[in-house]
Amino acid sequence: MNIKILGSGCKKCIALGDNAQVAAQEIGVEFDIEKVTDVVAIAGYGIMSTPGLVVNDKVVSSGRVLTPAQIKEILLAA
Amino acid sequence: MGDLLVWLNDQLLRMQWLSDLVTWALQDVLGFDMSDRLAGALHFFIYDIIKIFILLSVLIFSISYVQSYFPPERTRRILGRRQGWATNILAALLGTITPFCSCSSIPLFIGFTSAGLPLAVTFSFLISSPLVDLASVILLASIFNWSIALTYVLVGLVLAVLGGTLIGRLKLESQVESFVFQSPVGDHDNNGQTSRRERCAYARAQVSEIVHRVWLYVVLGVGIGAAIHNWIPQAFISAALGQDRWWSVFVATVSGIPMYADIFGTLPIAEALVLKDVGVGTALAFMMSVTALSLPSMIMLKRVVKLPLLCVFIGIVASGIVAIGYLFNYAAPLLI
Repeated sequence: MNIKILGSGCKKCIALGDNAQVAAQEIGVEFDIEKVTDVVAIAGYGIMSTPGLVVNDKVVSSGRVLTPAQIKEILLAA
Repeated sequence: MGDLLVWLNDQLLRMQWLSDLVTWALQDVLGFDMSDRLAGALHFFIYDIIKIFILLSVLIFSISYVQSYFPPERTRRILGRRQGWATNILAALLGTITPFCSCSSIPLFIGFTSAGLPLAVTFSFLISSPLVDLASVILLASIFNWSIALTYVLVGLVLAVLGGTLIGRLKLESQVESFVFQSPVGDHDNNGQTSRRERCAYARAQVSEIVHRVWLYVVLGVGIGAAIHNWIPQAFISAALGQDRWWSVFVATVSGIPMYADIFGTLPIAEALVLKDVGVGTALAFMMSVTALSLPSMIMLKRVVKLPLLCVFIGIVASGIVAIGYLFNYAAPLLI
């Protein structure tokens, strides 16, 4: 499973990255987390507010720091 | 009723109690002579810093709460439904309640343009967003007065509407990098599903993030302001930026363009300049040009638009600021 965190390195992006890691570990699925920091690349995903969360190249949230529980739900559905 | 309003304005907004408290601490506790330069500078520094941080935290919290109802995706939907002049006005208004940071302007520009919003509307939004926001209006009212604050909002919005409209008329769509139009349009804003708890959490996070980002600029701005206030000779400032110098607004605008600071950092500098008899218009022009046009945001914008459009944008905004500066200098006697 490929997880991307979109954000230029703000505190919220780091928090979202940490939460995603926790969620993925709890599910026990194999994953890698990638950070996309370039603004143009971020906008290429069609989001206007960071941080954004992308799972398997699909944008699942933007502008919010989801909790590990919320991310778990998303990952299980993916 | 009138007296109560004056009292509220003096104590809550201008924080007269804080000024008195700092005077008391410096004079009676630490034994400074308040006519002394150092004491004057210290008073300016301590009072302004505490005041700005209190106002900043309260204001950002309230504004972020309101803002959580208008994520960029919703703003885009609202703007996309309308046409003509009214859309520009609406864009300028929505610009006042969306993020203060120039770093969010690129995703917004791409997101708006790829969704088919006209350049006129997008630029109205982009001009108004850093220039006018509710926090800066209240701070202006606190440092100067309400008539200056409200006039500032009005001219800021007019600049955004006219500037955007003019850019739209020039038909510069070809000057936008082509990948912008091909960017996907997404709606991931969880519209209507945000609880009050989440909004409060969002507002709190915004306060800590913005205070984190701007505190250094505020301290620097207040420091420069305190220095101007107490050490730089009046004659020197009057010679460069005095009311009687016709070029003062122009100099203030041009020198502000490459600078990058938050409006909260520039306000104390503007305050000190006005105390030194610099025209209000000149000080505001400096402030507007620092916040609306800055080197980092120009470099960012350059990645999505071509040079001619960028120059048109800078040219229009800069001339608008100069015009507003002169207008304020002539109208200031009526406002103070």
